[in-house]
Amino acid sequence: MLNLKDLTITKARGAMEKGEFSAEELTRAYLENIKAKNPELNAYLTVFDDAIDEARKIDQARKKGEKVGSLAGVPIAIKDVIMVKGREVTGASKILKGHIATYDATAVRKLREAGAVLLGMTNCDEFAMGASGENSAYGPTKNPLDTSCVPGGSSSGSAAAVAGEMALTALGSETGGSVRQPAAFCNLVGLKPTYGAVSRYGLLALCSSFDQIAPFGKTVADAEAVFGVIAGHDPLDSTSRDGKWQMANGKSADKLVIGVPGDLPLEGCDPRVIANFKLQIKSLETLGYKTQDISLPNLKYAIPVYYIILPAEASANLARYDGLRYGAHVDGANLLDDYMKTKGEGYGKEVRRRIILGTYVLSAGYYDAYYYQAMRVRELMKQDFARAFEIVDAIIMPTTSGPAFELGTKSKRSPIEMYLEDIFTAPANIVGVPAISVPPNLQIIAPHMREDVLFQIAKTFLGEK
Amino acid sequence: MLSIEELRKLAGLARIQMPDGELEELRGQLEEIIGFVGEVQKADTSSVGEVDLPAQRNVFREDGEPHETGKYTKDIVANFSDSEKGYLRVKKILEK
Repeated sequence: MLNLKDLTITKARGAMEKGEFSAEELTRAYLENIKAKNPELNAYLTVFDDAIDEARKIDQARKKGEKVGSLAGVPIAIKDVIMVKGREVTGASKILKGHIATYDATAVRKLREAGAVLLGMTNCDEFAMGASGENSAYGPTKNPLDTSCVPGGSSSGSAAAVAGEMALTALGSETGGSVRQPAAFCNLVGLKPTYGAVSRYGLLALCSSFDQIAPFGKTVADAEAVFGVIAGHDPLDSTSRDGKWQMANGKSADKLVIGVPGDLPLEGCDPRVIANFKLQIKSLETLGYKTQDISLPNLKYAIPVYYIILPAEASANLARYDGLRYGAHVDGANLLDDYMKTKGEGYGKEVRRRIILGTYVLSAGYYDAYYYQAMRVRELMKQDFARAFEIVDAIIMPTTSGPAFELGTKSKRSPIEMYLEDIFTAPANIVGVPAISVPPNLQIIAPHMREDVLFQIAKTFLGEK
Repeated sequence: MLSIEELRKLAGLARIQMPDGELEELRGQLEEIIGFVGEVQKADTSSVGEVDLPAQRNVFREDGEPHETGKYTKDIVANFSDSEKGYLRVKKILEK
């Protein structure tokens, strides 16, 4: 029996090259774990039983001495918002039930080219709207570390799959913390890439100016390995960036300055989060980093800005689900009635709430006060970060304001309470900069295109080589 | 501040048929959320000029090199709720 618990991409790659186990054996071990654990954890919505065939192809190529990709034989889970050709992709929504993807997302195409073995589609909050996984139309996902708790969200199933040894790594998507927050809740590494670093082609659009496909890893090196494969310019995404990523900057710890914002909104934080964060500042100093107080004066507006721009863009993006071209269809008296009924029955409560909120903030009479003002505050936040990055190489803050919470607790209360889950993670999406979450609950943020700085600090912090 | 009528209108604009029983609950929640996000109005944005907002540029490629006709039609049509000869079939829009 394979020891999946301590397995990383780096180790698996080495072991498969040495012939200690095959891609087929590795894939089979994960599929067996899925079979055993998924009924309780509900991490996967669809499992690809034919993943074994893909793994065999990798083994054959390896045997023949053919050159294989950097993720050859690595079993990976894909969030149900990313297109995988020929598979049902629903965004964990009833409105897309039965929708079969007609093409591969660019990130998926790149994973295939690198030899990764796709295991299945993972559960998530409906259309990635949520911070607990509880908004899925197909039931909540449980946290493998404590099944009474949520795994976080919206990439709930991807996080649970990796933490529950049901995949070696996974893709999630990030709009306001949807990979970093579940990574923190499941003791994993979660990377939110620079806006435009990874093509959004084939990602169900939630908030197009925030969205990024984002990897989970059990280690920083694993998240880095997946990022290295999926990053890069794509003509099929107009916001995709050209550029080369420095995957290692060769700078030593004592050459980097880490900024600590003096104006973090800590009022609603669990006292353990604050104590932990203070300890982490000390650890980083002990490791040789210089820390410096910085100011991000508009951080307090992050959640209000986020919950104006997101519903505004979502209300436009989700207009396409009309019940005619893909997914579910509810028949009405006429065409308009078809739309009304399909959307009324197809969308869950949170999705309807956000679409109507978005319609409100964009409507005549309120546009200037909400959407336009939020866009201007977003600009102020960008300026705050740019100013801070003139004096520091990275910024740290907690990832979440508290530990994983119990299923059914926050979702019962006001929606705002769940929105506040994004308080430390939304800023990176608003500003477009990369950020990484490493256990326990440390978030590191770097300037645009400087994922290398994140990897360096995160590895030093975790003692990874 | 938000009336049920306004709410019904917003839902109509978004083409969502809201169950009547949910409108009252939604009204309370939206009022709370709108009050909360309204915080942005307190920010002093006088320093942000029009020019700071994203510039527009053409991101589309020039037309050319089309794929062969019908290459993707079958897969795409398979997702339609109703189709006829490779086209999406919808209900009549103009009524007599």
